[in-house]
Amino acid sequence: MGISVKHISKSYKKVNALKGISFEVKPGELFGLIGPDGAGKTTLFRILTTLLFADQGTASVSGYDVVKDYKSIRNSVGYMPGRFSLYQDLTVAENLEFFATIFGTTVKENYDLIKDIYIQIEPFKNRRAGKLSGGMKQKLALSCALIHKPKVLFLDEPTTGVDPVSRKEFWDMLKRLQQTGITILVSTPYMDEAALCDRIALIQDGKILQIDTPQGIVKHYPKKIFNVQADNMYELINLLKDYAHQYSVYPFGEFVHYSDKRADFNTADLQSYLTEKGLKDIAIETTKATIEDTFMELAK
Amino acid sequence: MKRFIGFIKKEFYHIFRDKRSLFILFGMPVAQIMLFGFAITNEINNVDIAILDHSKDTYTQEIINKISASKYFSVQQYIANESSIESVFKKGKVKAVLVFENDFSKKLIKENLAKVQIITDATDPNTAQTISNYTNAILQNYQKELNKNVETPYQIITQTHMNYNPELKSVFMFVPGVMTIILMLVSAMMTSISITREKELGTMEILLVSPLKPIQVIIGKVVPYIFLSVINAIVIVLLSIFIFKMPVQGSLFLLGIESVLFIITSLSLGILISTISATQQTAMMISLMGLMLPTILLSGFIFPIASMPLPLQIISNIIPARWFIIILKGIMLKGVGLLFIWKETLILIGMTLFFIGLSIKKYKIRLE
Repeated sequence: MGISVKHISKSYKKVNALKGISFEVKPGELFGLIGPDGAGKTTLFRILTTLLFADQGTASVSGYDVVKDYKSIRNSVGYMPGRFSLYQDLTVAENLEFFATIFGTTVKENYDLIKDIYIQIEPFKNRRAGKLSGGMKQKLALSCALIHKPKVLFLDEPTTGVDPVSRKEFWDMLKRLQQTGITILVSTPYMDEAALCDRIALIQDGKILQIDTPQGIVKHYPKKIFNVQADNMYELINLLKDYAHQYSVYPFGEFVHYSDKRADFNTADLQSYLTEKGLKDIAIETTKATIEDTFMELAK
Repeated sequence: MKRFIGFIKKEFYHIFRDKRSLFILFGMPVAQIMLFGFAITNEINNVDIAILDHSKDTYTQEIINKISASKYFSVQQYIANESSIESVFKKGKVKAVLVFENDFSKKLIKENLAKVQIITDATDPNTAQTISNYTNAILQNYQKELNKNVETPYQIITQTHMNYNPELKSVFMFVPGVMTIILMLVSAMMTSISITREKELGTMEILLVSPLKPIQVIIGKVVPYIFLSVINAIVIVLLSIFIFKMPVQGSLFLLGIESVLFIITSLSLGILISTISATQQTAMMISLMGLMLPTILLSGFIFPIASMPLPLQIISNIIPARWFIIILKGIMLKGVGLLFIWKETLILIGMTLFFIGLSIKKYKIRLE
């Protein structure tokens, strides 16, 4: 009884935000929705948290229908919206206490669940929430979403705008929370975070491109992929894009991820092409496709 | 219930931490009452006038004495000829010039008829009218004194009695109006802003996805403002009693009950506004334009309803403030009981129920 989404469609006045999406999240699973801004992630979250009606399709959260049983869902889920949505003029402790009270519980009762997270912001508990740093805000928001021991946790882009260290800490916490049996649906635009989920759905333009484990999803990449390096990165990208046999060219950190149309592709051919065009220090080696490569490929 | 109390506690945190709003909340009633009580008034006091006395005899001197002895006028200067009248008006120092004709006493005795001309600066028509009325009254009095011993065959004597406000203090008229405006503003605008703030900051999203019922959210929002508005009402009544010596003829208890009723009416309007506006700014604009202006202009607070054109008179019926002002004046000035204001009370109750019903219907349990 995790989350079940069947053929959900939703359109606003001009935009088709979701186009017939279906997927299942198993109980206790950490499921990631990976996609760029505007893919429809927030709309999906709002439908699942009973804030919006879908135009078509049905969905249920821990067995409750999102339309009929919306009250039961509101009692049993934790939701952390994409935008920081706590009371900025209340202190850290007051926010937490408030959310505990309106969910009919106390901070003490469920302190164990949030301890790991809250302990990091506890030194600032008398500070107004609006004056916290980005990472601390997210930790507080997570604490508030967890304080009533929800069965399902919805986190809409929880790490957007958070520094890398805090991001890592945040994901460590999610992993620990998962151990307690909470089903977690999390969305993120960061591909590196996707690898930390049990399963992920790649979503773009309101459609799901692929659902699989992070290890499984990269197998969907149809070609061999190469790291290409040279002294002039900008020139390298341009030359590769002009290369007649190129299948895909994406800059990836200090490398360019390159794949070729031909089945019998030989790296020597490319090497000589690039040398001919005047590039130096050329290095080409095989590498594994990443989730990002797969996403780009599927999103074509 | 614990949830509800927690919610109200949070609302009070918001209110008391927002120092600026708090200042407006409590500073405004005091400032407004003081302004209306002391500065903005229809009465005339110590109006500067000039005298052009062509005859300079005992009668004119007596009249001038009488006029300057009254608290309404102070004789600023004497001028010598007609041509100076224009120039003193242009200087703006005096608001009126009294002109006595030549041989005033002689004519009065011989012909039984002497003329005084009152020239007023009518750039402010109300003041000019009042000045001329007051001067006339002083002259009439003087005339009566002169005729004391003379039998006049026919006489109509008017005896004017200004009921409920014998001294015609304009503050008596303003207090009910200001109280109405303040309660309206605090209740309607503040609640609508505080609800839309939750929408704007995204906290409404979390409140919706919580076991709190919409009605709990709304009542939780409203209760602190009932409390604050009642304090405001008390402050206003105390100020008007102790500073402006305004009497409260009727029962204070009834006054309190009726005020709470009007506060609830305004709050329900505030809730209604918050259901139709998405941002604090819209809520504020709607409250100001849609509530404040009609309340000031159409409630009979400043402009008498009876002298409005018919369409405006009809519109004034749907302004809650109109009925509350009638109730307030009734209780405070006339000392009437519920028996005389039950109709207005019933109208306010009806309006409140209507607004609450509409708000509940319009309140969204979802984001759409």
